[in-house]
Amino acid sequence: MNSPNQAAKFIWLLAVVLFVLHQDYWWWSDQSIVFGFLPIGLAYHAIYSLLAAVLWALAVKFVWPTAWETWADEKDQERPRH
Amino acid sequence: MTPYIPLFVIGGYLIGLLILGLVSNMFFRGTSGDYFVASRSIGPFMLLMSVFGTTMTAFALVGSTGKAYTTGIGVYGLMASWSGLIHSACFFLVGIKLWAIGKRYGYTTQCQFFRDRFESPALGYMLFPVLVALIIPYLLIGLLGAGAVVRGLTIKMFPHVFASTNGAIPPWLTGLVVCGVVLTYVFVGGVRSTAWANTFQTLVFMLTGVIAFFMIAKALGGPSAATRIVGEHSDKHSLLMRNGHIGRWQFFTYLFVPLSVGMFPHLFQHWLTARSAKTFRLTVIFHPICIMIVWVPCILIGVWAAGKGLVPPPGANQNAILGVAVKRLVASPWLAGLLTAGILAAIMSSLDSQFMCVGSMFTNDIAIRLCGSQSLSDRQKLNLARGFVVFVVVVTYLISLVTTKHIFDLAVWCFSGYAALFPIVLAAVYWKRATGSAVIAAVSVTVVVWAFLFKQSGYGGEYLLFSHWFDETDGIMPVAVIIMACFLTLVVVSWMTSPPSAQTVSKFFPDFKKEQATKQ
Repeated sequence: MNSPNQAAKFIWLLAVVLFVLHQDYWWWSDQSIVFGFLPIGLAYHAIYSLLAAVLWALAVKFVWPTAWETWADEKDQERPRH
Repeated sequence: MTPYIPLFVIGGYLIGLLILGLVSNMFFRGTSGDYFVASRSIGPFMLLMSVFGTTMTAFALVGSTGKAYTTGIGVYGLMASWSGLIHSACFFLVGIKLWAIGKRYGYTTQCQFFRDRFESPALGYMLFPVLVALIIPYLLIGLLGAGAVVRGLTIKMFPHVFASTNGAIPPWLTGLVVCGVVLTYVFVGGVRSTAWANTFQTLVFMLTGVIAFFMIAKALGGPSAATRIVGEHSDKHSLLMRNGHIGRWQFFTYLFVPLSVGMFPHLFQHWLTARSAKTFRLTVIFHPICIMIVWVPCILIGVWAAGKGLVPPPGANQNAILGVAVKRLVASPWLAGLLTAGILAAIMSSLDSQFMCVGSMFTNDIAIRLCGSQSLSDRQKLNLARGFVVFVVVVTYLISLVTTKHIFDLAVWCFSGYAALFPIVLAAVYWKRATGSAVIAAVSVTVVVWAFLFKQSGYGGEYLLFSHWFDETDGIMPVAVIIMACFLTLVVVSWMTSPPSAQTVSKFFPDFKKEQATKQ
């Protein structure tokens, strides 16, 4: 990815795709078993969890909020009004 | 002797926890800052474990198993897979910003942050009772879960002592012991002790969960045979599918429930303990995987228990099914004790954080605000925090003695309350135009709508809105309506009221490009 903006758009696109894929209506009445013991509806969502981890790994790699991190670590801290 | 072995194992585990609390106390620096946010020194692995352990409570183990026992495998999609996506989104998009602002300006609690961000001292006083009131059902889930599991495990163990519970240790006694242990190690070492205990307990419950899964599967003739039995004993609405158990709109609108992590006060406090922003990376990435490791076995155990024909003991509800499964299907009493200790670990790893944050909020948002920071010594601040925690725990404990609600449904109501307030924290870090008056109005509307729908549900039962529009099992989750009410109020009133001062906007929305140019 050439720029942070492109990366951010790509991550957002993936997030939207994953959001939509959660509604797996096609397995709604399916009782098929995969790997010998996992109902297909459960297996799908377990894989979905893995894909969510991949999405956030990409976000951490490509769109990490470095500016906020640097800002927080600066020493000239203002004190709160409490 | 043999029948009591599980209890000895559980007792040993609880003593081990107390020792851990004492050891962590050796690192305690004696200041309120160390007690409340561990001097912002927690590293990546401990943050992952403490955030995950805090998020996964009785709801995740006892509640999910019980719900899968009646509703089937769709329970995973309702909560776990949505949470994998949305929890990490909240950590990434909201948590890191809150950590940065908290570190920069020295915040310890949500109310301190919101009060300054929205320029409204009244907002702190208004939010405090709302957040504490919502935490009570959360604590309640833990006590109910612990009581149910130990009851399921100890049936007929003490027939002469506890005749009314068929010889099982009654929930009131389990609740008392669990509260005593957690209060002790929280009081001894503060949030550092909590983070240490969370890390240890999270590892314990993840490991024991996987062991329980394999032990129970083995007792049922292997995972394939266990699943096959469920299929063979199913009617037209098998527990191996969602049809007949969960509606499609219900499935979709559950997505709002995990937004609660953005407003959990105990999670806010854990975020602030992070050593640096990089500490969050592990949590953001591995949180969905940790959820999967815990939830998949629990869901399968729930449906297998139904297929096997296990039933909760007389007088107990589906909350007890995990304890019953462990007792009936795990032959070794040592392992049964270890597995139950693992379940209690999951429960206590949430209770401790909640106890901790309730005390922090009372001290920082009420006592210091009213008395002034200078007029209270560090010792007095700690004692005030501890005193208020004891008060909240006593109230929760008394409620736990009379309530018989299902953990899953009660938890969803608790999460719905926090989730409904999520637009406020989102606006706080992303929308400069959001105003204090709007937030006060939004909190008020949220409280009224939540309370009304909670009453309609029979005070914590499963409840769907607009069911007459759909088929018999479908409807809209109440959280969708409450969050919308909060959001609309926030937006409309913000536009109707004066915007925040330029000083506040620049304080909470730093212009990084400008700052960079100034430095150069």
